[in-house]
Amino acid sequence: MSEEIQKASEPTAVNITGLEEPKVGVYLCHCGVNIAGVISMDELEAYTKTIPGVVKVTQYKFMCSDTGQNLIKDDIKKGEVNRVIVAACSPRMHEPTFRKCLRSVGMNQFLFEQANIREHNTWVHMRQPEKALEVAKDIVRIAVAKARNLEPLDVMTVKVKPVALVIGAGVAGINVAKDLANQNFQVHLVEKTPTIGGHMAQLDKTFPTMDCSACIITPEMSNIGQHPKINTINYAEVTDISGYVGNFHVTINKKPHYVDQSLCNSCGGCVDVCPVITENEFDEGMKDRKAIYIPFPQAIPNKYTIDMDHCIQCGLCKDVCEPHAINFDDKPKKIELDVGTIVVATGFDPYDPTDYKPYGFGRFENVITGLQMERELSSFGPTTGKPVRPSDNKAPHSIAFIQCVGSRNCQVGMHPYCSRVCCMYAMKQARQYKEKHPESDVTIFYMDIRAFGKGYEEFYEIAAREYGINFIRGRASEIYENPENKNIVIRAEDTLLKRPVELEFEMVVLSVGLEPRKDMQTISRMVGVAQTGDGFLMEAHPKLRPVDTLSDGVFIAGAVQGPKDIPDAVAQAKGAASAAASLMARGEVEIEPYFSKINEAMCSKCLSCIDLCPYGAISFDKYEDVVRINEVLCKGCGTCAAACPCGAISQNHFREKQIFAMLDTAIPVTANGKI
Amino acid sequence: MADEAEHEAGSMAPLEEWTPYILGIFCNWCSYAGADGAGTSRMQRPASLRIVRVMCSGRVEPEMIFRALKNGADGVIVSTCHAGDCHYVVGNYKTFRKAPIISKFLEQMGVNPKRFRLTNVSASEGAELTEIVTEFVEELREIGPSPFKNMNSPAEE
Repeated sequence: MSEEIQKASEPTAVNITGLEEPKVGVYLCHCGVNIAGVISMDELEAYTKTIPGVVKVTQYKFMCSDTGQNLIKDDIKKGEVNRVIVAACSPRMHEPTFRKCLRSVGMNQFLFEQANIREHNTWVHMRQPEKALEVAKDIVRIAVAKARNLEPLDVMTVKVKPVALVIGAGVAGINVAKDLANQNFQVHLVEKTPTIGGHMAQLDKTFPTMDCSACIITPEMSNIGQHPKINTINYAEVTDISGYVGNFHVTINKKPHYVDQSLCNSCGGCVDVCPVITENEFDEGMKDRKAIYIPFPQAIPNKYTIDMDHCIQCGLCKDVCEPHAINFDDKPKKIELDVGTIVVATGFDPYDPTDYKPYGFGRFENVITGLQMERELSSFGPTTGKPVRPSDNKAPHSIAFIQCVGSRNCQVGMHPYCSRVCCMYAMKQARQYKEKHPESDVTIFYMDIRAFGKGYEEFYEIAAREYGINFIRGRASEIYENPENKNIVIRAEDTLLKRPVELEFEMVVLSVGLEPRKDMQTISRMVGVAQTGDGFLMEAHPKLRPVDTLSDGVFIAGAVQGPKDIPDAVAQAKGAASAAASLMARGEVEIEPYFSKINEAMCSKCLSCIDLCPYGAISFDKYEDVVRINEVLCKGCGTCAAACPCGAISQNHFREKQIFAMLDTAIPVTANGKI
Repeated sequence: MADEAEHEAGSMAPLEEWTPYILGIFCNWCSYAGADGAGTSRMQRPASLRIVRVMCSGRVEPEMIFRALKNGADGVIVSTCHAGDCHYVVGNYKTFRKAPIISKFLEQMGVNPKRFRLTNVSASEGAELTEIVTEFVEELREIGPSPFKNMNSPAEE
């Protein structure tokens, strides 16, 4: 046995070898009304008693509760049952719960089978109770067939490296890294852009407290940069992840800065001489930057980077750089790391309204996005905190905000979900503008104001009552430009007054929603976490496991899981940090022993399994003339077992006799043949 | 030939009311989770699908499909992850390759190959699964009940 994996010895107070005649106990869970509200539990009980091998059938309201579990434990202790079936929810939900229950009385946890009569039956057949009962009978009967053929297995444990990888250094990633590092775990924080901070660093103030965003995030950024346990790898992308929980192998591509980061002293002499001017992404294209740049003055690490897409390699910066940090021959670096846990916090992209033609973004100069407005409001933004309209650089006397741009809209390219932050940031920006220009006319076109967080509703009340911001309930249907003065005219229906309105504003701000990052699919495949229908990453359970994923050892935090405001992103970040820490603090994790075994006597050495195994776990020992399966490398997919022409390979817990027993009892037999 | 044999078996109920028996063999990581998702979202579908769980669709042997059909299932669905999404890297590709051979074999044995379906359902595609099952039920209602229903008792193992 390798030192990574060892068999944990099971206490077996109840002596069940798996060889004795199976005595199956079936426990029918009502799950409140989730199951019992659809099918008749008494009829199901009566039927279950007739299934061969079943010795005991018990119903209870909630089998997963303590009382429910005690019913199972008592029967095991009395020796009445030696195989347990719980007919309830999905095994993906409560299999671990009931396995623990068996273990606590010393019975091997793999002598358990769960019959999924909730997700796969009563919840999807709610309006056909009679047919649902028939399906429930089939599902229980199939589970009994499996249970009768179950065999006890040893639990495997693997060591977890006390090192974490955090992908994305926005407000969520920073908080994950900070929490983990403060618990003394080594953290590698990978960020795609030259600076950490993410979208929060772009914001001017945060709702509902009107704190200065930069005053909150920049000290955090600076702490991260200096923390001895955090290794920040900026301007880099994770390109490959292999391995499994506790033992991931990560490949990172560090992009070339063309400026030696250890030599650069951030004097800024190079910027003065650089002749190339291009758009600054950090300012959402509202301000220019040079080809050699720092995204914003408080960036961490505060070192220069050359944007080679725009650099003309004139060499002027090289001539003025006193520490001789400029290096045009810089090459991408490959970094390889071994980590125990991974936290994905790659965040979101703001919705790009260019494609939505009716709102004219990109065609009309005075239509800007919420994030651009945020930069205009920022004291270190393009207009040093004094918003102006792009056409004439004058402060507009009237501004309209259009809500739900890209959100709550089922048209192609838009998103049906609510982005959760736009109502609040629009009201915040409206209030900020009113503070600067009390005489101005600020209007918000909204569908519903969703002010759901702590202090949000009060914020809305004040915006409407004290600031005198106009709220018009109606989605703008069309926008056009007045060619004379470049003002923007909005056509909408005021649904409260039930009449169409046509109003002219000097500037229009589109409150764009949040959408999954463009590269989400790549990230999803790399970390092995599925995307939900809206494109964000899927959590293991929406309520109970919001930061876990179905890939063990991979956690998610922040807007990568769905649109979130800052407090929620930070809360989830702290949750993800704690989940990752609990795995690393224990130092080892149990894995399911579903690996394949080979019967050497039956093997004909055709070697077809060797090519099929994606993990290289099967090898042929030509000196001893045997094929061997490495239990540590085997992940338990069972492809080899399916392919073996001699039937020499069997997969634990999914053995041939177990699956075929299920298939052979799956179809019910009635008096006049099968149904 | 296949169709004729199947029509002879006849049906016991008017076709609209008859709910075919579909046996599903679903991989744990994508399709089984997708079916759970359909449940969590209460997406209603005809009461015809029973699911056997395997860790990966790579574990599916062709004989499993034949056995299910021989035992009288009206249809069999093997459901895998989408290409490129397999939890075990390439397990679903092995199944993609087996599927056409299985269909061909069924045809040669005089069983309508439409009774077997290979589908891709990801963990978030409860709606897609519901659609697949609803559509498959419609198709099976056209094809009619399994010709093996009244034949022999389940195979003894």
